[in-house]
Amino acid sequence: MRHRRLVIVAGVVGALALVVSLSVAVAGSKKSTRAKAATAVSAPAVANAKAIRKKYHGQKIVFVGDSVGNGHVRDTRLAKRFTHDTGIKVKVVPHPSASDQSYAQLARAFASKSSSIDVAMIDVVWPGAFAPYLVNLKPKLAKLAKLHIGSIIANDTIKGRLVAMPWFGDYGILYYRTDLLKKYGYKAPPKTWADLFKMAKKIQDGERGSNPNFTGFVFQGNAYEGLTCNALEWIASAGGGHIIDNGKVTIDNAKARTVLDAMRTQIGKVTPQGVTTYQEDQTEHAFDSGDAAFARNWPYQYGIGATAGSKVKGKFNVTVLPHGASGPSVGTVGGWQLAVSKFSKHQGAAIELVRYMTSPAVEKFDAITNSNVPTIVSVAKNKAVVKKNPYLKPAIASVPRVTRPAKFFGTHYNEASKDVYQGINQILTGTPASQVLPQIKQKLQLLLKK
Amino acid sequence: MSSVATPAQAPRKRRRHTKLQRRQTRLAWLLLLPALAVVAFVALYPLSKTVYQSFTNQEFLAGLEPTKWVGLDNYHTLIHDPTFRDSVGLTVKFTVITVGIEFVLGLIIALVVNSAFKGRGLMRAIMLVPWAIPTVVAATMWRWMLDDTFGVINDLGVRTHLLSHPHAWLAQPSTVLLSACAVDIWKTTPFVALLLLAGMQVIPGDLYEAASVDGANPLQQFWRITLPLLRPAILVTLIFRTLDALRAFDVFQALFGYRLGAQTMAVYNQSTIVQDGHVGYGASMSVAIFLIIALFVVIYVTFVRVSER
Repeated sequence: MRHRRLVIVAGVVGALALVVSLSVAVAGSKKSTRAKAATAVSAPAVANAKAIRKKYHGQKIVFVGDSVGNGHVRDTRLAKRFTHDTGIKVKVVPHPSASDQSYAQLARAFASKSSSIDVAMIDVVWPGAFAPYLVNLKPKLAKLAKLHIGSIIANDTIKGRLVAMPWFGDYGILYYRTDLLKKYGYKAPPKTWADLFKMAKKIQDGERGSNPNFTGFVFQGNAYEGLTCNALEWIASAGGGHIIDNGKVTIDNAKARTVLDAMRTQIGKVTPQGVTTYQEDQTEHAFDSGDAAFARNWPYQYGIGATAGSKVKGKFNVTVLPHGASGPSVGTVGGWQLAVSKFSKHQGAAIELVRYMTSPAVEKFDAITNSNVPTIVSVAKNKAVVKKNPYLKPAIASVPRVTRPAKFFGTHYNEASKDVYQGINQILTGTPASQVLPQIKQKLQLLLKK
Repeated sequence: MSSVATPAQAPRKRRRHTKLQRRQTRLAWLLLLPALAVVAFVALYPLSKTVYQSFTNQEFLAGLEPTKWVGLDNYHTLIHDPTFRDSVGLTVKFTVITVGIEFVLGLIIALVVNSAFKGRGLMRAIMLVPWAIPTVVAATMWRWMLDDTFGVINDLGVRTHLLSHPHAWLAQPSTVLLSACAVDIWKTTPFVALLLLAGMQVIPGDLYEAASVDGANPLQQFWRITLPLLRPAILVTLIFRTLDALRAFDVFQALFGYRLGAQTMAVYNQSTIVQDGHVGYGASMSVAIFLIIALFVVIYVTFVRVSER
């Protein structure tokens, strides 16, 4: 009798806990249902499928892919088509959405020589660190590589070995609400950060009356890799260097201090106070639910905002990021590559998946359905692609790109970036830059010596 | 102990050497062997390996830097590492606050659900729900509730005029500890209540009857009967919770990621090993954390010994 009651109690508790967990999970994946509507175009067919099928039919490979925006939906659809055409089974596993955590996950797998990953999506700053663990793709994909932008291929070639294939590019751009700019009498998007703060404040003050959640500007302020990218844009656009220049730590300078302190004083004023916990997804949510006038994000957000059902469809546009008092507008280079693990037991099949995923047909599909930046020159210039992705217009796409200082740190890059984003996050949450920058400088100098 | 030894012990000592005794000793060791082997494999081996690694400069992506013996270098760095010092401070503060509040709330809840009333079984079930939810799920839920723009806590606070304006609880450095404590207290109080409730249920009911007959009021009954007899359960609960809180990882990692000033010992340790790849340095930190937790255990155990005398 007592036992039965205990079982019932345990059952009730378990069931309730399950309900709560599931509802949290469902709420978290809400945007993927929204994504389905966006992708009516069907995934392109695999070229040379018959020959691939004959050779690798029935093999199973694991693909560690995207998780931000509609990335996972795209991966699943492409993998399904690939399996359908070639008979190679693909298990798509989304990686952690914070790229530094994704790095740690891969490092763990490589360090333990695990064969559990066949194809992995790697950040533009990782080829140097992971090169010893990746298959040289040159023998099989050299011809395809020639179609891609030369500088990215060079980035992915370590000691003569092509360790990864460019998949999609990325650079920071400014999203702005065309309807609100007009409403408040602005003819053009802001040119400088000071302009942006002023405009954001005016629009925010005006909109708060009807929408108490409205804020002027959102970006990625959480302590993670994305903040390193944002901070690099602020500092470089103010003429404060690129964190490391010519092998020397340059982050602690007057121009960097000024722009970082300017950002600090705007937190909570024209941004949500909580922007220092935002990653890409929170930024996109705020802007696409109509709660922000300006947003800094990667191009992928364009496709989500332009989808039918989006609250800002037809009401926003993109442009280059603002600049500081004495610098140009810049965009941090992001972007993702596909690599094959040296420990994979099905390298042949894995390389075929990479060939398919980085082919012109798939890059065009990805650019049109998912607004990702093509790394193949001819695709980036394709009229249908540019029409769907206005950030590919020369005026925006030709903005100076700034690169994170990965090459100076090699395998220590992740730690170096952590020192940067933890420090910048400290500034944004209230510590003056003059106190934090010397500490970052000291930590980076120690790492440079390693 | 030895001071209580009597002359009777001397002949017993001699008897231990009989054949039978020796055979039994051997048998005892033989029977213990599997258990000892398991302990050695799952506890002793990893522990000794960690201690060994803490004296090396081992890196995660091996082969890039040859691993070599560096003596006490890691420990020297650790003592002068401000981030580690901050993380120890944060963890201890977190432990003291959460264990204290959880204990008081848990005791109150246990007392309530220990008394007889209709629907008690249901009440006990509902009470346990927060504890049954995985910490990461709970933390994610709280992250939304604490959000400064659309969070329900700010909304309620402003509506009831308890807050003058919405706060970014998770973003402001001053409310980092408070937020983490709130999540942990919400989640773990049921567990404390459960342990205390188990302790209360073994207190014989006739003691209370006798006390009532003697005219003791409920408050007196609580101080004179419940609390003294609950002491073993209380100590177990406190030890459990303290050790748990000292190795807090998931709440902080899910709420704050790797933000400076929001890293517990365990978060900083994990990020050193997994994010940065410093296995050697991370191992020395693990050893330090082990010693800090051991210190708390020693304090508790001593307290138990003293109070049992």
